[in-house]
Amino acid sequence: MGENVAIVGVGHTKFGVRNDVNMPELAWEAIKQALLDAGLEQKDIEYVVVSNAGGWSSEPLPAVVIAEYSGLAPKGTVRVEAACASGSAAVKLAHDIVASGHVDIAMAVGIEKMNESPTPTVVEFIGRAGNYFWEFHNFGLTFPGYYALYATAYMSKYGATEEDLCKVAVKSHYYGARNPKAQFQKEITVEKCMASRYIAWPLKLFDCSPITDGATAVIVANEKVAKQLTDTPVWIAGIGHATGTSNLSKRTTFTSLEAGTLAAELAYKKAGIDMDDPTKVIDVAEVHDCFTIAEILAYEDLRFAKRGEGVKLVREEQTYIGGKIPVNLSGGLKAKGHPIGATGEGMIAELTNQLKNRVEKDRQAPIKNGYALAHNIGGTGHYAYITILSLSKPRG
Amino acid sequence: MSEDKKTQKDMMEEQMKQFYSFVESMKKSMGLPMVPDMKTGQALWVDQREVTLKFIISIDKIKEFFNALADGKLLGTKCKECGEVFFPPQKDCPKCIDSEVEWIELSKEGTLLTFTQINVKPYSFAHYDDYIVGIARLPEGVNVTAWIREKDPSKLKIGMKLKLEIVKREPENYYTYEWVPIE
Repeated sequence: MGENVAIVGVGHTKFGVRNDVNMPELAWEAIKQALLDAGLEQKDIEYVVVSNAGGWSSEPLPAVVIAEYSGLAPKGTVRVEAACASGSAAVKLAHDIVASGHVDIAMAVGIEKMNESPTPTVVEFIGRAGNYFWEFHNFGLTFPGYYALYATAYMSKYGATEEDLCKVAVKSHYYGARNPKAQFQKEITVEKCMASRYIAWPLKLFDCSPITDGATAVIVANEKVAKQLTDTPVWIAGIGHATGTSNLSKRTTFTSLEAGTLAAELAYKKAGIDMDDPTKVIDVAEVHDCFTIAEILAYEDLRFAKRGEGVKLVREEQTYIGGKIPVNLSGGLKAKGHPIGATGEGMIAELTNQLKNRVEKDRQAPIKNGYALAHNIGGTGHYAYITILSLSKPRG
Repeated sequence: MSEDKKTQKDMMEEQMKQFYSFVESMKKSMGLPMVPDMKTGQALWVDQREVTLKFIISIDKIKEFFNALADGKLLGTKCKECGEVFFPPQKDCPKCIDSEVEWIELSKEGTLLTFTQINVKPYSFAHYDDYIVGIARLPEGVNVTAWIREKDPSKLKIGMKLKLEIVKREPENYYTYEWVPIE
């Protein structure tokens, strides 16, 4: 339990190939935005959690490099890793430090500079993000390969097709085209997606999120401080987390991510949301669509659809604005981009802006109940973090 | 493929060679490893240090597994207390905390649970042709991830029977295991 915690400032850089900036310069873009958004200075931030997967980038101690450049030192900092869910893990830790009463204000900074290495090196590093010794070293799985194992099983069990998967990509690019911060801002067609080459059969180029540079920042504060800073604090209503097996061979199913399902149940319980139909309450969601199949699995793991019916939401276009529940109006990982360690704070920054009605008009969700959900998966269901945001105060 | 057989590794290396020879020519003229981004012209510094990653990993507690591979056998471990079978083999049963495990020989037959073909390969696998990776369930209730000896993924079906063979992985020349479809 602990104290109520609110988001009081967010920052989100342009995602893409950011060869115009180095790592601390890129992080500063997001930190500066968040400070200005919150109306705070560096001296007000009492602790900084930096999420960064790294390996492909040059600085092994990104937290201190960023703290020095951004004037956040000498405040305490740490770098955290939960693969692609590092960002949500950083927000969770910043939240916990504030909720515990240890500090009043904390910041989570997400940073990834994937383009500091050539593509083959990046493919190598992400492929190792599972179980290196038993599954990568001998069998050379890649990140698309891991998710392709799920795609094959899901398609075989429920009759989903490669066209269905491409429809997910079409939606991502539709909204990416309306997000000036997205890596890809061009719409695509199912035909174009279907014509793209296989990366890991049955997943094709347009089923995959890109290699991305980006930085994001989220400032959280306790109730007392939040009320002084803003009239519209966005509260963290519940966080759910779970861990899947490192070896894919130890998974009990390949048609859902067990960690995602568990984390969702925990988050709904904490936020007091009816698990029978969360779409009644949640106005907008960002889900972890590192690959098109992952978005469909997310619909089901989050109970937006019954098992096997996630693909129906896609076919019926129920996750566009105006449908059952709008999902990934940012363009998602697929079109907005996926700077591994910065993705989680990026989802939470996007949803904060959605709840405050301040994103571009043609991709703004109608906010009715004031609830939003960020579903952030690390690896291939290795880590799962689900964060529920709310415009109404959780407790007291 | 009609073009003469170039692996993805050959192509990656050719590309990198071209890039680094460009860097060397820039260095010669400017005295700095400074090159423009090919698309945007933004200034980039090219690292003058290089590191190789090659890990040395303890297998002392599970060396029986590797010795048995060389004899053509696939081993797992089994908790003497709760009877849980482990693959990959592990020396400790987390459920029983303070129990012992014993080595057991596993069946070399399985039912295919799922599979994919890796078309874009990691650098350290880029010298191979596209390979198929599958996960299959053994009668003992554990799953095994391995390559499947097949070139065309459309010939495979979830639920089909496979047998496991202990093979030498070439060109590295070490023992590993591979799934083989049963016709």
